[in-house]
Amino acid sequence: MTKTETAVDTKYLFKRYETWWVKVAVPRSLRKKLGYDLRKSLQTHDLEQAQEARWAVAEEFRARIEKAQRETESKSANQDSNMVDIEVASPQKTAGARQVDEYIVEIVSDSGEGAQKCGQVLGLVSGKMGNGVWTVEIIPAEIQPPARERQGASGIRVRMGSKEMTNMGDEAEMVVAFNEQVLYSRIGNHAYKKGTVVLLESMWAEDPEEKIRNQYKDALADFAAQGLVVHELPIQKECLKLVPDPRKGKNMFVLGMLCRIFSRDIDTAKNEIAKIFKKKSDKVIKINHDLFDAGFAFAQENLDYAFEISTAEEDRMESPVVINGNTAVGLGVMAAGIELVAMYPITPATSASHYLAEDFHLTGGFVHQAEDEIAAIGFAIGASYAGKTACTITSGPGMALKTEMIGLAVMAEVPLVIVDVQRGSPSTGLPTKVEQGDLLSSLYGAAGDAPKVVIAAATISECFHFVVMARKLAESFRTPVIILTDANLATGVQPIERPEVTDEWFAPPLDQSSWDKEVAPYNWDETTGLSERPIPGMRGGEYILTGLAHNRNSKIAYDSASNQEGMNMRSRKLATLGATLKPPEIHGDPTGDLLIVGWGSTLGAIEEAVDRARAQGHKVSSVHLRFLSPLEPGLKKIFSGFKKVMTIEINYSDDPDSPLINEENRRISQLALVLRAHTLMDIQCWSKVPGHPLQPGAIGKVIQANLTETEGAEACSA
Amino acid sequence: MFGLKGDWSLEVKDRYFTLEDYCGAEPRWCTGCGDHGILAAVHRVCRESQIAPEKTVAVSGIGCSSRLPHYMKTYGFHGLHGRALPVACGVKSRRPDLDVWVATGDGDCFSIGAAHWIHAMRYNMDITLLVFDNGIYGLTKKQTSPTTPLDVPTNTHPSGALLPPLNPLTVTLGVTNISFVAQIVDWNAPLRHEVIRRAHEHKGTSFVRIIQRCPVYVESIGKALQDEPARMQLLTHEKGVQVADNVKRLFPNHAEHDPSDIAAALAIAADDSVLPLGILYHNPDAPRYDMMTSVGMEMSVDEKLAGMNRALDNFAI
Ligand SMILES: Cc1ncc(C[n+]2csc(CCOP(=O)(O)OP(=O)(O)O)c2C)c(N)n1
Ligand code: SF4
Ligand SMILES: [Mg+2]
Repeated sequence: MTKTETAVDTKYLFKRYETWWVKVAVPRSLRKKLGYDLRKSLQTHDLEQAQEARWAVAEEFRARIEKAQRETESKSANQDSNMVDIEVASPQKTAGARQVDEYIVEIVSDSGEGAQKCGQVLGLVSGKMGNGVWTVEIIPAEIQPPARERQGASGIRVRMGSKEMTNMGDEAEMVVAFNEQVLYSRIGNHAYKKGTVVLLESMWAEDPEEKIRNQYKDALADFAAQGLVVHELPIQKECLKLVPDPRKGKNMFVLGMLCRIFSRDIDTAKNEIAKIFKKKSDKVIKINHDLFDAGFAFAQENLDYAFEISTAEEDRMESPVVINGNTAVGLGVMAAGIELVAMYPITPATSASHYLAEDFHLTGGFVHQAEDEIAAIGFAIGASYAGKTACTITSGPGMALKTEMIGLAVMAEVPLVIVDVQRGSPSTGLPTKVEQGDLLSSLYGAAGDAPKVVIAAATISECFHFVVMARKLAESFRTPVIILTDANLATGVQPIERPEVTDEWFAPPLDQSSWDKEVAPYNWDETTGLSERPIPGMRGGEYILTGLAHNRNSKIAYDSASNQEGMNMRSRKLATLGATLKPPEIHGDPTGDLLIVGWGSTLGAIEEAVDRARAQGHKVSSVHLRFLSPLEPGLKKIFSGFKKVMTIEINYSDDPDSPLINEENRRISQLALVLRAHTLMDIQCWSKVPGHPLQPGAIGKVIQANLTETEGAEACSA
Repeated sequence: MFGLKGDWSLEVKDRYFTLEDYCGAEPRWCTGCGDHGILAAVHRVCRESQIAPEKTVAVSGIGCSSRLPHYMKTYGFHGLHGRALPVACGVKSRRPDLDVWVATGDGDCFSIGAAHWIHAMRYNMDITLLVFDNGIYGLTKKQTSPTTPLDVPTNTHPSGALLPPLNPLTVTLGVTNISFVAQIVDWNAPLRHEVIRRAHEHKGTSFVRIIQRCPVYVESIGKALQDEPARMQLLTHEKGVQVADNVKRLFPNHAEHDPSDIAAALAIAADDSVLPLGILYHNPDAPRYDMMTSVGMEMSVDEKLAGMNRALDNFAI
């Protein structure tokens, strides 16, 4: 090492994933306002370029810090004057703000009133302040359902906490409602409890229509009888002071209120607002900022609620990114080096492609919106056959259409990544709602035996990483890989640790160098079933891919020996992959009274429920499966450590207490069916199709009910 | 031919491809089947183009006609019934360097694959699309196809097809952004070769409907035309297909038609009193989707990594 190298000048600089960044520390007094430090990527890997570019950025940061200092000083100087300077009102000065570990708030409105945007920003700001966050959107099936209709409720739940949040939680503690009717649909979903605070738009009390006035009055009495704590707020009236039509804009007023109530950082919130309207004029941004300020001031003057949720430095993520599961899938597609996504719009999968349509060019990719789902997967298969990395993203009804093509990809061993963002089913079902109904059809949906890899993401982070893994599996095992996610993950927003992307992920699958003519296009290894594939452009590798039964040379072969061999080889690949997998980790002790087995997005809720039960001294544990085909090894051994094993799933099973249902004819849930066949053990199940994610409280009740049965019983038998 | 160019200069190539380099397995179509002749034309056009066999991909669906890739010594994709076009478009999307052919039948293209037919025409990717229209489902043994003529008995309509046949030419000519539409009969070799050559040369999706004889199931369709050439009409024009006078003489009816005239093409296609042969429409300038789908292909790994980090930065706190 030479002297010059040891003395590298990295003042203000630090490196993240090969890229140089500038960082300037913020003085302690301003940290609440500006954060711990100001940082910005210089978007270069080159140190010399970074050394040169840093000064301008550092200078800009210095100026921002000085400006903030001046503002804080002038604010304290102005304290006695009449000037209301909300801009610099520091939320942490909120008198008597109560410190809480976590809080669940909902915002519900008619469709089109922007409740979701409001909650999204609240979640984002909370994430940026270091909190754990989970948001769930409440989406009506129609784009513009009639106003004030219970079915039309549109909204969002935001769960914020000092630790990582992994699910939607139980009942909300507060809700902002734009009218009383939409609240009913949420009450019907048991979203609230006695004591839940309702901040209700009061304009309906003076509505010109008598019917509406009466509905409002009746609801107030009703809510009070149910133990909800209602505050009537003149939100519309306040907004009218600033805008002529508050239908658009009310949500920013509410955001201001909530930022005050939860001591959120004003600058961060305003930045996010500016981002939403970045394509509009500065005037629009200003109006929305004004609405935000008005809401903030309104809450400050009129509401007694003030909370603070702070996250300790050691609980903060090192470098979080705040995303939902579909964006995670989109980013995963990019990071996996996939160059083509072929899709047809379908809820709740489409937003992954919306995201890619925005950013895919950054990694050189293209989104093809096909004429239908069959064409979409056909297009992706064509690209993959030609040696390019490809993916198709869809939901249940689209999966059904793709079935024949998936069979072809299995038969002809074409690598392909297929993402199924599951929704309520069958048929058109519940387009916007969660279900785990596509497990069996993914495993067995195609004609005949079509072994393929099926994995299920359990977290938003896995939505990203599983795409990267799926691409590798698809290529190594020359097979389609289905990734199951669902509507819960798709729209849930959470800060996750920023993935560390490496250049290896972008390597093209194959180059076009020559192919040894002597090597067959399906040169199956007897033991593993694996083979390498030629791609067009490789001289000497010319072959005709076919979906008909074929031999190693890809020649159509109707004879029994060839058919059997092909089937064996395709199936053997799964055994080969299975041999590389580790048994799943057990959450809790390896033995006990009850083991819960889950898969997919229920992970957070199941583990939270298990933790609560364990804290009460119950011997309950859980395992969560990521690989559904092939299954992770060692399940039988794990299951035998518990007196009772049951799956918890969001798909249909007969309620054992229903008329006509007995042990023999009961139709059980999907994973339970698979596990019974796989282990020959008495796997029980509890499953429901409520159209919303399972909550830890509900799972807790299931655990309790099953524990009373098993505590003191015999061990689970085969 | 051997590397000799029009100006008599000699271009020495390190590889020269003969017919054999494109000929795959021995065809298993019935004797007298029109598919044999079409295959021969494809082989010859490949040889004339001198595009390397490893750069050539023949994509098909399912049907007698869709067996064609197996009879090529190139790359090939014999996929699903009706789905040749999405696969072919996918192949082309990120591999503009490949020469893509599609072989499909009247059932494959006009019935089960009809959605893809319409949309692939509009995508106008550089693909040569040959529809082997025998007016019947051959492989599955004589069921009515969308182009089975009225009254021809089939196994699904034993007393004859019930509805008038679909006109694939008017449908195709009605699609926005089409760029090449032609029609031939399988049994006139010079015309067949010349039209397929022009189709292959065209940059864009070239749609060639080939009236193809299936002597096993619907001998009458081909026979009626062969016995009475006056039922056909050769389209002639300086921009159209050029054939020798002795070939022209085989057709008693000629019509001068400018292939850049879409309105005239539609009128000709809609007139079902005669079967027009030749190039109905040609527009070399229609936008091509394959130019759009291949964006970003040249990006280096470093550029992609930087782009990825920029994408993540947008969500960073
Ligand atoms: C999904 C599906 N449906 C039906 C079939 C059965 N099938 C195979 S080929 C064919 C029709 C073939 O007719 P055409 O496309 O005109 O081709 P030809 O055999 O006449 O060349 C049918 C119905 C199939 N293979 N797949
Ligand atoms: S059945 Fe008809 S179309 Fe099929 S190979 Fe025989 S002659 Fe040709
Ligand atoms: Mg046919």
